[in-house]
Amino acid sequence: MILPPASPDSSERQRLMGVLARAPRAAIETVLATFGPLPPHREMRKPETGLVTLRGRIGGGGDAFNMGEATVTRASVRLETGEVGHAYALGRDATKARLAALIDAAFQNPSLHDSVIAAVFEPLLQAEAEGERRKTEETAATKVDFFTMVRGED
Amino acid sequence: MYVAVKGGEAAIRNAHRLLADRRRGDPAVPALHPSQIVEQLALGVDRVMAEGALYDRDLAGLALMQARGDMIEAIFLVRAYRTTLPRFGYSLPVDTGAMQIERRISATFKDLPGGQVLGPTFDYTHRLLEPELAEGGEPPAPERREVAAEASPRVTDLLGHDGLIEPDGNGDGEVTDITRTPMEFPLPRDGRLQALARGDEGFLLALAYSTQRGYARSHPFVGEIRIGEVEIELDVPELPFPAPLGRVRLTECQMVNQFKGSAKAPPQFTRGYGLVFGQSERKAMAMALCDRALRAGEFGEDIVAPAQDEEFVISHSDNVQATGFVEHLKLPHYVDFQAELDLVRRMRAEQQEATDIKEAAE
Amino acid sequence: MNAQMVALEGGFPDPVFDAQATFRAVMNAMAELGTRQPVHATATPPAPLSPTAGALALTLCDQDTCIWLEASLTSEAVIAWLRYQTGATIVDNPAQAQFAFVADASSMPRLDAFAEGSQDYPDRSTTLVLIVDALDSGEPLLLEGPGIERRSSLAPTALPGDFRSQWRDNGVRFPRGVDLVFAARHEIACLPRTTRILEPAEA
Repeated sequence: MILPPASPDSSERQRLMGVLARAPRAAIETVLATFGPLPPHREMRKPETGLVTLRGRIGGGGDAFNMGEATVTRASVRLETGEVGHAYALGRDATKARLAALIDAAFQNPSLHDSVIAAVFEPLLQAEAEGERRKTEETAATKVDFFTMVRGED
Repeated sequence: MYVAVKGGEAAIRNAHRLLADRRRGDPAVPALHPSQIVEQLALGVDRVMAEGALYDRDLAGLALMQARGDMIEAIFLVRAYRTTLPRFGYSLPVDTGAMQIERRISATFKDLPGGQVLGPTFDYTHRLLEPELAEGGEPPAPERREVAAEASPRVTDLLGHDGLIEPDGNGDGEVTDITRTPMEFPLPRDGRLQALARGDEGFLLALAYSTQRGYARSHPFVGEIRIGEVEIELDVPELPFPAPLGRVRLTECQMVNQFKGSAKAPPQFTRGYGLVFGQSERKAMAMALCDRALRAGEFGEDIVAPAQDEEFVISHSDNVQATGFVEHLKLPHYVDFQAELDLVRRMRAEQQEATDIKEAAE
Repeated sequence: MNAQMVALEGGFPDPVFDAQATFRAVMNAMAELGTRQPVHATATPPAPLSPTAGALALTLCDQDTCIWLEASLTSEAVIAWLRYQTGATIVDNPAQAQFAFVADASSMPRLDAFAEGSQDYPDRSTTLVLIVDALDSGEPLLLEGPGIERRSSLAPTALPGDFRSQWRDNGVRFPRGVDLVFAARHEIACLPRTTRILEPAEA
């Protein structure tokens, strides 16, 4: 392990990285516009696209097996103040990976942390939740309601 | 012996230029953009992803466009692309039980937690062509229904408890990867499933059909089919938690098959499993039926049918390999053929000579 | 700086071209045996992993690679750097490694402790990277074998004492066996299993 153990902040950071990975690049750019000037930084690992082999489980819950690959793009940036941010996301969008890494780095900076939460994390989370609710409700409308036909008198 | 023949550069160049023109088609008809293919021919895109074994909707859309809609050519393009990329690692196994359900049905149990959810299905359509699609216009917005959150556990998990259905089994041993190690038969089940997941839908469908028609009778039921998105996570050295990568859409099929029992196992339901990229119900079902048929040896069943013959099924399921070997026949074989022609002429001459001698003798 | 920060620094400034140039050096060194091939790519791994050995790791190792490290290289910083920069897995058993890195040859296991491949797949063997001070100031080795027109020579520093006999045994196992890359400052040379080191009497 090359890292400090997971801190209480880790689960929030993981959720932030998840939202960033799932969000379309345009959505990230939109919320960043309200974030203000981006902190000075440099790229530690330029955006790089590669493969991740996706694994399933036999029968859904048994032994793992490889079901195929997916494209993934990753990047790492470092703020002038020292925080290092990482990004991983499905797809091949280098700009999105760079922006996501930058947001992850800013999240770890004490003076930027709160504005990342307010201007980036929460709006993205809310937009995602709205989209999911719409999909869930559209799907739910196709749920079968069984009713029993009663024949005869008693 | 191989003899190199040069020539045809100008013809090849012009053929490719002609291909680009024919691909574009009538310039009076608006050109496609790959995003239109991704959005509106989504199931074709899913098939290219599944058999190309690479989850990337945009790439699959581009490949379909470049291949003029030729599925296997598009799959070939995607396979070729993936060889150019470095590999970052293996994801944590996906949890299909936590899938964001877009469709979920069971043919074995009517009432189950989460319910029967049809989703965007072709089932129950009348299979009548709809000319109004050609006229454009937007479809009405989907109906919505407010729902309280309800989990949709896997049917096999619900019924596994009483032992009537074969359990998943567990153990996190070495995972076979047929893309890294040459296949050697017999393959373990994980290696077979990897091959089936990328196998040709038509080939697997035909084999699955054969098992229903009596070639390896397996008496299957659809325990469950579910389609939806699952989260992908990857362990990376620089993070203290698995990196979330986003979501992919998968189709999972749990097929349950009656099993009379054997010396080793009591009568129970055994299972075949299918898991495929995208919305690919037919493929997932065919995969599950083939998976079960290929487990014949495991259950002490007689191996009598093509679908039970592992080497036959797995060696011929990959359509990129298949098309490569079949299509290579159109490449110049001038010298081979010349040699065969000489041989046939000589054999004929010898036969003629023998006949002449015999006739002369009579 | 902690191990994590060290890990994130010191990769190739230009990953594609630096890896290509380094790969070409390895390829030439494996083809033209006894020649010393310059390695200019600038990797800056944590010591005692040398910049040249670091460049080789970045070029040759990836997610699918298992690396074995000789004891003096098993610092937290070196391990973290290799894992982040290459994605490779660090293993304890030399027989599981595709690549082994050695900074102190006096404490390395014998060559037959590494993977030798199988008769069918002799490529499934370990390639050892030996970090040396120089390629021309050690005991001269006269070389003979495929890729060498008559004879050539190398004089890497700091080889294990019984290296000649170990190398002879390595040759006996052919087609199985290990291959060596000597990583000096800004240059490398190779000793594949097909190359024979002449005995002093033969010279």
